Amino acid sequence: MSGMAGMNRELFHLPEEPHHPEGSSTMLGFWMYLMSDCLIFAMLFATYGVLGTSYAGGPGPRELFDLPLVALNTSMLLFSSITYGFAMLSMTERRQGAMLAWLAVTGLFGLAFLSIELYEFAHLIHEGAVPQRSAFLSSFFTLVGTHGLHVLFGTIWLVVLMVQVRLKGLIPANCRRLMCLSLFWHFLDVIWIGVFTFVYLMGMLR
Amino acid sequence: MASSMTVSPFTVSPLFGRFTLESLPLHEPIVVGTFIVVALGGAALLAALTKFKLWGYLWKEWFTSVDHKKIGIMYMILGIVMLLRGFSDAIMMRLQQAIAFGGSEGYLNAHHYDQVFTAHGVIMIFFVAMPIVTGLMNYVVPLQIGARDVSFPFLNNFSFWMTASGAVLVMMSLFVGEFAQTGWLAMPPLSGIAASPGVGVDYYIWALQIAGVGTLLSGVNLIATIVKMRAPGMSMMKMPIFCWTALCTNILIVAAFPVLTAVLALLSLDRYAGTAFFTNTLGGNPMMYVNLIWIWGHPEVYILILPMFGVFSEVTSTFSSKRLFGYTSMVYATLVITILAYLVWLHHFFTMGSGASVNSFFGITTMIISIPTGAKIFNWLFTMYRGRVRFELPMMWTVAFMITFTLGGMTGVLLAVPPADFVLHNSLFLVAHFHNVIIGGVLFGAFAAINYWWPKAFGFKLETVWGKRSFWLWVSGFYFAFVPLYVLGLMGVTRRLRTFDDPSLQIWFIIAGFGAFLIALGIAAMLIQFYVSIRDREQLRDVTGDPWNGRTLEWATSSPPPDYNFAFTPVVHDGDAWADMKARGYQRPTSGYRPIHMPSNTGTGVILAALSAAFGTGMIWYVWWLAAVSFVGILAVAIGHTFNYRRDFYIPVEDVTRHEDARTTALMGAVA
Repeated sequence: MSGMAGMNRELFHLPEEPHHPEGSSTMLGFWMYLMSDCLIFAMLFATYGVLGTSYAGGPGPRELFDLPLVALNTSMLLFSSITYGFAMLSMTERRQGAMLAWLAVTGLFGLAFLSIELYEFAHLIHEGAVPQRSAFLSSFFTLVGTHGLHVLFGTIWLVVLMVQVRLKGLIPANCRRLMCLSLFWHFLDVIWIGVFTFVYLMGMLR
Repeated sequence: MASSMTVSPFTVSPLFGRFTLESLPLHEPIVVGTFIVVALGGAALLAALTKFKLWGYLWKEWFTSVDHKKIGIMYMILGIVMLLRGFSDAIMMRLQQAIAFGGSEGYLNAHHYDQVFTAHGVIMIFFVAMPIVTGLMNYVVPLQIGARDVSFPFLNNFSFWMTASGAVLVMMSLFVGEFAQTGWLAMPPLSGIAASPGVGVDYYIWALQIAGVGTLLSGVNLIATIVKMRAPGMSMMKMPIFCWTALCTNILIVAAFPVLTAVLALLSLDRYAGTAFFTNTLGGNPMMYVNLIWIWGHPEVYILILPMFGVFSEVTSTFSSKRLFGYTSMVYATLVITILAYLVWLHHFFTMGSGASVNSFFGITTMIISIPTGAKIFNWLFTMYRGRVRFELPMMWTVAFMITFTLGGMTGVLLAVPPADFVLHNSLFLVAHFHNVIIGGVLFGAFAAINYWWPKAFGFKLETVWGKRSFWLWVSGFYFAFVPLYVLGLMGVTRRLRTFDDPSLQIWFIIAGFGAFLIALGIAAMLIQFYVSIRDREQLRDVTGDPWNGRTLEWATSSPPPDYNFAFTPVVHDGDAWADMKARGYQRPTSGYRPIHMPSNTGTGVILAALSAAFGTGMIWYVWWLAAVSFVGILAVAIGHTFNYRRDFYIPVEDVTRHEDARTTALMGAVA
C-alpha cells in the first residue's frame, strides 16, 4: 500500500477502503419512512379527534359500531403479527419452507381482516352511514380505510416477497426486505390498536 | 366517484373525461401567445437534440443516472427554468397592479389574474426553491462527508423525476385547462368543489402530491446518507456546517411533508368523493385545513432557509479565510430553529379568533425564533471580523443577505405581535415581509451557492462582470420592488387585488413595477453570465479543484469530481477537514488504486414518474381509465423493479488510474 505516495498517506487514508455494505442504511431509511407514515396517521387521528363528534344529525358510533365484530377483526390482525413473528424466527433459523408457510398464514389473516372490514363498511353503507353523510363518518371511513389500504399493500408486498424467496432463497437482500415488511406489518398492528381504542372503544362511551 | 359527477357541472365522457376543446384557453390571447413561443422554443430544442443525436447521451448519462452530482445539477436546472416561469407571473402581476387605476381594468381579467398569483406562489415555493435547495444538498452533501454517493441512489433519481412530474403538471395547466384561482395554499371552502368546480385545484393537488413523494423520499435519503455514510473520523461535530443544516432540513422534510400529503388527500376526498372534512355543511371544519396546512407550511419555510444558512456559513468562512466563528453555537442554533419550526404555525392566522392566550403563546414562540437566528448573524459577522475577507461574488451575495434578511426578520417580529397582526394580516406588508426573507434569504443564498460551487461542478469559474451586474440589479431591484409594498401594507392595502380605486396609491405600485423590471434585468444578466462563462470556459478554467482556497472535503477532489468522488476515502481529523489536510502538507496519493464499487443507472425512476404524471392527468380530468391503467402500471413497474437484484458494478481499476493520472498531470501543469 505504500508506493510513491506522500508521507502522510497513512494519516489521511485507511489502508483498506471503508466499505458500506449494500443495504446498510436500509433499516434506518425504512424506519424514517415508517415514521413519516405514522405522521399521516397522526393527522388522520387528529382529524377524527376534531370531527369525531360532528354527526350532523346522522348516526353516531353507538348506533353503528358492532364491537364483537371489531374484536374479531382485531384478533385477526393480532394473530397475523404473531405468525409474522414466527416467520421471522424461521428465517433466522434458515428454515425457508417453514418461513414461507408462516408468511402464507400471515397473508391469510391479513385477507381475513380485510374481508371483515369490507363487510363492516358494506353494512354501514347499506344502513345509510356513508362517508358523505357527516364529518364524523368522513373521518371514520378515511382513518379506518387508510389503515385497510395499508394492510392491502402489505399483503401484496408479502406475496411478492414470497415469490422472491422462492426464486432466490434467503439471500441477504431478501432477508432485509422481510425485515422491512416485518416492521411495516407490526406498525400497522400498532396503528390498529390506536384505531380500536380511540375510534371503537371510546366511541362506544360517547 | 359517482357523487363527484353529480356535483361537477361538466359532462364527463368515458374516453376524455371532462376534457373538451373548450378546455383549451384559446380565448386568452396572452396564453395563446405564450403557448406559441413555448411550442416554438420547445420544438427547436427537440429538433436540436435530435439533430445533434443527444437523446442517447441524455438518457444514458443524465436521465437514468443515479450519480448524486448529476441529479443535483438536474434539480438546479429544473429550479432555474421554473424560476423564469414563476418570475413571468410576478412581472405580470406588477404590471397589472401598476396600471389598473382610475377605472382601468388593467390587461388581465380576474380569472386569469387569480391563476397568475396562485401559480406564482406554488411555482416559486415548490418548483423553484425546493428543487434548488434539494439540488444543492444532493450535489454538496456526499462530497462534503467524503462519500461516493447517497444511501439510496435509485430513490434519488426517482425523487428527482417525481418533482419534475409535478412541475410538468403545473406547466400543463397553463395551456390545457386552468390552474387554481385560490392562492398558493388552496384554502377551503374556496378550494372545495362547490366554489372551484374546475380542474384548477385538481392540478394543484396532483402536482403537489406527486412532487411531494419525491421530496419526502429525498429527505429520507439524505438523512440516511448523513447519518450512515460519513468518512472515517468525521464525528457529528466535525461535520461541515452545511451538512448540519442539510440534516436539520431533511428532518423537517420527513416530519412535515406527510402532513401536507394528508391534508391534500382529505381535500381530494372532499372534492372527488363528496366527504365533509372542510365543508361548511355536515359538520365539516374549514379552519382545520388552515391549521393542518400551516403545520406543514411553517416548517416548510425553514426547510428552505436552513440549507441557505449553511451556504452562507461555508461562504463566510471560506472567503474570510478562517474557521467559522462559533461552530457549536451554529449547530445548536440550527437545531433550536428546527424544533421551534413546529411551535409557531398559528401565527399565520392569529385572526382565526383562538383567543388571547393561544395567540400570545404563538406570538412569543415566534419571537423566540429570532434569538437563534440572530446568533447566526453574529457568528457570521464575527467570522468576518479580522478575517482576510475576499469580496468575490458568493461573499457579495452573503453580505447582501445579511442586510436584507435582518430587515425581513425585523418586520417578521413586528408581525409576530398579535394585535399588530390583526391590522397587517393579509396586507401587502405581509407580502413584502415574506418576499424580504425568501428572496433575501433563499434566493440570495441560491445565487451565493451557484457562484461558489459552480467551479466544482463544471471545472471553471463563473465570469464576474456579468455576475456583478446581476448582483447589483437583483439587490437594488429587490428594494425597489418590495419597500413600496411595506408602505402600501401599512396604509392598509390587502394582497391579491386586481384593481384599485385610490389614485394616490398608484405611484407606489409603479415604483414596485420598476423594481420588478430591475430584477428582470438581473435575471437576464445572470443568464448572460452563464452563457459568457461557458463560452470563455478555457480562460476561466480551474484545474486545482480548489479555486477559492476552500476548507471542506468537496475541494479535495477534482472539478468536476469523478463519478466515484474520491479515489481514496479521506480520514477526517478536524472540522475543516480539507484546510487541516492542506495545513499538514497533505500529498495526494498517486498509486495503489483499487476498483470502486458503484450503483448502476436505471430508467425505472423516469418510467415511474411518467406513469405518475399520467395518473395525475387522469385524476385531474376525470379520465378514469387513464388513472386506473397508470396506477396498475406504477404498481407493476415498481414490483418489477424489485426483481432486479443486480444494481451495482465496479469501476475497473484501469479507469480509476486513467482518471487519477490525468489529474496528476493537470495538477503538475498547474504548478509549473
